Amino acid sequence: MANYSTNEFKGGLKVMLDGDPCSIVENELVKPGKGQAFNRVKLRNLMTGRVWERTFKSGESLEGADVMELDMEYLYTDGDMWYFMKTDGSFEQYAVEKKALSDAHKWLKEQVSYTVTLWNDNAINITPPNFIELEVVETDPGLKGDTAQGGSKPATLSSGAVVRVPLFINQGEVLKIDTRSGEYVSRA
Amino acid sequence: MSPAPECANSGWQPTASMQTLRQRAQLIARVRAFFAERDVLEVETPVLGHGGSTDVYLASLSTMASTPAGEERLWMQTSPEFHMKRLLAAGSGPIFQLARSFRDGEVGRRHNIEFSMLEWYRPGFSLNAMIEETVALVHRVHPAVPGGPMRSVRHCRYSQLFRDLLSIDPFTSELAELRQLAAEQGGLEMASAARDECLDLLMGLVVEPTLGQNGLDVVTDYPASQAALARRHRDPEDGQWVASRFELYLSGVELANGYDELTDAAEQASRFAEDNLVRRQQGFSEVDADQRLVAALEHGLPAGSGVALGLDRLIQLALNKKSVAEVMAFATPVA
Repeated sequence: MANYSTNEFKGGLKVMLDGDPCSIVENELVKPGKGQAFNRVKLRNLMTGRVWERTFKSGESLEGADVMELDMEYLYTDGDMWYFMKTDGSFEQYAVEKKALSDAHKWLKEQVSYTVTLWNDNAINITPPNFIELEVVETDPGLKGDTAQGGSKPATLSSGAVVRVPLFINQGEVLKIDTRSGEYVSRA
Repeated sequence: MSPAPECANSGWQPTASMQTLRQRAQLIARVRAFFAERDVLEVETPVLGHGGSTDVYLASLSTMASTPAGEERLWMQTSPEFHMKRLLAAGSGPIFQLARSFRDGEVGRRHNIEFSMLEWYRPGFSLNAMIEETVALVHRVHPAVPGGPMRSVRHCRYSQLFRDLLSIDPFTSELAELRQLAAEQGGLEMASAARDECLDLLMGLVVEPTLGQNGLDVVTDYPASQAALARRHRDPEDGQWVASRFELYLSGVELANGYDELTDAAEQASRFAEDNLVRRQQGFSEVDADQRLVAALEHGLPAGSGVALGLDRLIQLALNKKSVAEVMAFATPVA
């Protein structure tokens, strides 16, 4: 991979730091008076999701990271691994470990497209779509005529996630969920 | 996935709003009025010159031009200092300029490769008189500075700031101690760093963010090694050699840099040579020194002080914007 110098650092650039692939979040030039310049850089570690703050001497460089983000469809799991398939017509499949799945495991649904982050061709992170439609597999019976009240109750969805839903929702209904907040949006 | 909202800026639009540009024009009118009242002459000097800034940590842009002398390299100014000093040597009296200046590689919230420098020179002014005038100018352009005109200006000595915030003395602490502290604060390798490099890092990361948070802060008595084109003198209190310069801070932002100007031609020539020597050692390209400036100093530069003020930064703070790009018609990335 190419090397990138501090003045090429910009949001979204993928670089290697301490052996982990990172995405640059922010790069601020610090230059006191007539002195030497430094770059105060925020990077998201793509393996852990943590944001690091590091200082570099201006002109220093980091090795680029071979990171790609691809759309892939979720296929199935055998309990150990989760399998995704490229949507570019190649039918190429990727096995994903639980660690890389992290929070996305709550929002898995077959044939839905996810953003898969690949580092050196290994999946290291899965991002679900912002909104997903999932069926209610278990909840208390719906209360008729309670569409205006503010009350809520837990509902278990087909993916295994438990979300708060309005009291009028019934088992078997399909709901639209915001995966970023984990909140109910509407009936689908 | 829901489609991303259509990007409002596909690349051609200005980085400042029309309202901001109108306000910018009004603030610049205040600058001109300030100097007109004080009988300081507005001048315009060339952006391109045969000599450039040798300052080791300023990266100059240059261009090739066809002149009557043939193909020549011309340097884009990093500030209008050299030409303005030549005017002073020619007897101009007090002068100011709103000058486009260029510093390669400097892009960020407070930096843009091409920017506007407000620079002025006052023959006969002491550094203290210059500080007073700079504060008055800032209050005129930005009346909302806490404390109001001429009040709430804190004078800080460079060494005292380091003692208070970092419990070290920038002049006398061991280099090993400075390196360790810089490495801790920055989270980077500083084992072979020079003294000034450690001080610059600590200044930028630890000291600067605390400055100018309750009004204007004036920092004085910089290390002699950071004198640039200022005179050096012995501190009457502790006998340390210090640079006769000041910097003005507001809201953690360095706004202005003032010197009791170096007038000694031989000293000027040797500082140019020293800079280029350090440039060679560090693997930076050398810059043609301005021999005409040295000649002007030989003729005689009246003693006095000068200030360079980052006009875009002052306007950014006055208009409460987050970056200089928001007060420039077109910042470098879309220029």
